[in-house]
Amino acid sequence: MPHQRQQLLVLCLAAPDLESSTVAWSLYDGARPVDDLQPQTGDDKTPPYASVLRAMQDGWRVIQVPSLPTYIPGHEHETTHLPYEYILERMVTVDGE
Amino acid sequence: MANSASSDLLNAHQMAEFVSRGYVALPAVVPDALNQLVHQDLRTYQGPSGQFWFQTEHIQSVFNLPRVKGAIESLVGKDPVYDHSAIHVAGPGHRRAQTYHQDSIIDTRPLAFDVQAFYFCHDTPYEMGPTLVLPGSHLRKANTASISRYKNVLGQVRLACDRGTVVFMHHGIWHCAQPNATDTLRYMFKLRLRPSVPQRGLFNTAEVDDPEVKKTLYQAYQPWQGNEARLDHMNRAKLWRYVVGDDTVDVSFEGAFTRMGL
Repeated sequence: MPHQRQQLLVLCLAAPDLESSTVAWSLYDGARPVDDLQPQTGDDKTPPYASVLRAMQDGWRVIQVPSLPTYIPGHEHETTHLPYEYILERMVTVDGE
Repeated sequence: MANSASSDLLNAHQMAEFVSRGYVALPAVVPDALNQLVHQDLRTYQGPSGQFWFQTEHIQSVFNLPRVKGAIESLVGKDPVYDHSAIHVAGPGHRRAQTYHQDSIIDTRPLAFDVQAFYFCHDTPYEMGPTLVLPGSHLRKANTASISRYKNVLGQVRLACDRGTVVFMHHGIWHCAQPNATDTLRYMFKLRLRPSVPQRGLFNTAEVDDPEVKKTLYQAYQPWQGNEARLDHMNRAKLWRYVVGDDTVDVSFEGAFTRMGL
């Protein structure tokens, strides 16, 4: 019997522009069987999409848009996580019991 | 402890590489006979990982080699404080990678840093899953596994290397262990050291004004840094001032230190 499963694609971009380049990416695949290995760190050299816009054009839905960084006086140059991180989803159909 | 010969210290090019990328390697610096002795110790050792440093015969000889000692002296001084050590192992065919992380806890020292020496006693090709590092990430604040959502980042590098290589890393570098696709057990020995002195002018500073050194610092932009790349540039310029020991040196973005009177 077919079931719907969610796939989450995390794309980190170079800038807030949704057409800017993908610099980091992850796929969390809810359609894979529980015992299968999920995508791992270091297993890919090329982003699946060049930008969030390109992913949208292939059917992915954006479900989270990052807030823009704020700059605290005295700490303007400090850097931390990748700030322009988008979460996208796609529902896929899998066969199952 | 005696001072290292200047030829055994890191030179300005190597230090600029460390400041820019967050690590510097001494490829195949350990003689093969010693690599084999340590490898044998690792294969037979039964004790706790953190005691290998103290309980086996040959590992400390690696870190007493003049060039290895010289690199340590260049980074954390000639009498550094032992922090901890560990044996990292990935079995044959181990498929699961570690997630990206920074070691230990958020470091609140503005510029001072610990160094982590990663020693590979046997050839560690790409398919054996040597440590994956993200060049230029060492000055970005993260809280241990708070970066674990990222699976792949442009510019990430697996530290594939010949046996006898020691890689010295800034404590803040983002990294993770990788799967081992070979049928051979992979070992890596890690030693973390703290500075016992301010880390100012500890390396061979003879060539700090060499244009190639400045070029390394200016051009160390990483493909993943995006819109924050200029901020990362400012942070490595601050670290460069610290390790050079001269707070008037300005390798910041567009001379921003001078412009802003910093």
